[in-house]
Amino acid sequence: MSTTTPTTTGTATAAADRPTAPAPSAPRSRRRGENSRAGSLASHAILIVASLAALFPIAWLVFLSLGPDKDDYLHPGRIFGKMTFANYSHVLQETPFFDWLISTLVVSLGTTVLGVLIAATTGYAVSRMRFPGYRKFMWVLLVTQMFPVAVLMVPMYEILSELRLVDSYLGLVLVYCSTAVPYCAWLLKGYFDTIPFEIDEAGRVDGLTPFGTFARLILPLAKPGLAVAAFYSFITAFGEVAFASTFMLSDTKYTFAVGLQSFVSEHDAQRNLMAATAVLVAIPVSAFFYLVQKNLVTGLTAGGTKG
Amino acid sequence: MTVAIDRATGQRRGEPGGRPGPLSRLKQSYQRYWYAYAMIAPVVVVLGVLVLYPLARGLYLTLTNANSLNSARTIGANHIEATYEFIGFDNYADILWGPTSYDRFWSHFIWTIVWTALCVALHYFIGLGLALLLNQKLRGRTFYRLILVLPWAVPTFVTVFGWRFMLADGGVINAGLEALHLPAPLWLEDTFWQRFAAIMVNTWCGVPFMMVSLLGGLQSIDSSLYEAAEMDGASAWQRFRYVTLPGLRSVSSTVVLLGVIWTFNQFAVIFLLFGDTAPEAQILVTWAYYLGFGQQPRDFAQSAAYGILLLAILIVFTSVYRRWLNRDEQQLAI
Repeated sequence: MSTTTPTTTGTATAAADRPTAPAPSAPRSRRRGENSRAGSLASHAILIVASLAALFPIAWLVFLSLGPDKDDYLHPGRIFGKMTFANYSHVLQETPFFDWLISTLVVSLGTTVLGVLIAATTGYAVSRMRFPGYRKFMWVLLVTQMFPVAVLMVPMYEILSELRLVDSYLGLVLVYCSTAVPYCAWLLKGYFDTIPFEIDEAGRVDGLTPFGTFARLILPLAKPGLAVAAFYSFITAFGEVAFASTFMLSDTKYTFAVGLQSFVSEHDAQRNLMAATAVLVAIPVSAFFYLVQKNLVTGLTAGGTKG
Repeated sequence: MTVAIDRATGQRRGEPGGRPGPLSRLKQSYQRYWYAYAMIAPVVVVLGVLVLYPLARGLYLTLTNANSLNSARTIGANHIEATYEFIGFDNYADILWGPTSYDRFWSHFIWTIVWTALCVALHYFIGLGLALLLNQKLRGRTFYRLILVLPWAVPTFVTVFGWRFMLADGGVINAGLEALHLPAPLWLEDTFWQRFAAIMVNTWCGVPFMMVSLLGGLQSIDSSLYEAAEMDGASAWQRFRYVTLPGLRSVSSTVVLLGVIWTFNQFAVIFLLFGDTAPEAQILVTWAYYLGFGQQPRDFAQSAAYGILLLAILIVFTSVYRRWLNRDEQQLAI
């Protein structure tokens, strides 16, 4: 993105304006990836604008959560004089916040554990073995990931109400597993693909069965991949809205995604409390996200872009 | 016994030459593959019980007139048996070409296509631009990256509420627009602006994923290719066109497919942004949800039929997309 011709104004587009231009004849003193001063200024400018756009809605939510009145979002200037953590203490003490926390954790962790446990061997099998039916099986895994919520919602509702599982944690975990399991299998396949096949062969030579190879050699190596799969199922279950709003009926069993809505669905919209709850939910999740994000990116590119 | 395959050639390593008789082939195949089948068994069972069985029931429901008044239900201690009837393909016919089918299905269909195309294009191009910027040697790029993935780190249902505060009439966005003497649209009430707002919020939510994936793709391009291109006197644009874009091809095809699927099925943004207040801004998924669970009586049959139609659209799209990508031996990564 950097040319060193004197005519270039230095922005990325200036170079792009002359697609068939002959090679600049000026001697190159800079290496690729280093930018002219104007170019890097422009890059910084764009990145700063983008960062502000990324940051602002979150920052605004945090700011609004400090205003004590429910209509403060309409005249944010007034918040400055009366910033308080009252919303937070109210949310923690007088709303079912901790009930929601428990149900969210139960449902998300349940989905995560089940999803990763069930999917692990499958990910290994489809990474290492070509069995008859392999392509069809992969196609099924892919199709399952594009199920719109609407496809399974009605029949799931019917089945769960027959089993008396509506408004139960187990019911919601089972529903989430329908997406988490194929997703984890897919993601783990991508990760197992990155582990050298020679390790399997060495294990086989030493007399291990495929199960032994998987359990003793591959699984310990795959911990980062398992962590990514676990994180993804957790986050997916954590943030799911449609099934949770429909299948969880009693307000002590709401997950956060549903509980947050309950602040405004009533006649009087307690936006200040809602903002505070949103911040309380967002902080641990985002912190966790940043902790694992390095692995996340590797796992994602491994799972998403390798065959 | 060995089942590992060589990924480059697709050939089984150490496969013996010659073809044995059918019986021993069967035995050999059993010995060779039982591990694989045993390993995928848990997922097959789960998919069968949790996906295929409900799907089959859903398919049957679409052929009935089931709604919340005639389905099996329990009121207090009384259990009422289901009384809905089999009506064949009437639901599909009604949705696709029945009276008012334009208002109920086709208008949402068109909007869903527009929504998906615009959102994915915005995701991709903004994500690519940011990834290119972050791929340079730039002071503070780790810092930028951390901030730019923030919309992805915070759960969607949280940020959408943040956006709702900002977009509300009298919220900070309109206050800002008024301060600049620009018209302040009714973001959450006027159909056009509802759609505009939905696309804006979804774009904001979806760019980080594209950016991170494309950045990963950019970093995996061999830098010697750039050096060679520069040696040959390629301009910046030419390097982008002939090195970067082909290098990103497999990542791009995957993330675009995922982006289309996710955006097409995006439920949370529209549902949480508008609730029931925006019939015209509902995409097919949220509309199907509304039919099945957002109104009284709940129309289970039509909702399920919408679901099946949506799935069919996605499957057709994915097949065509894969075929289109594979036209010159470019394998889609997934």
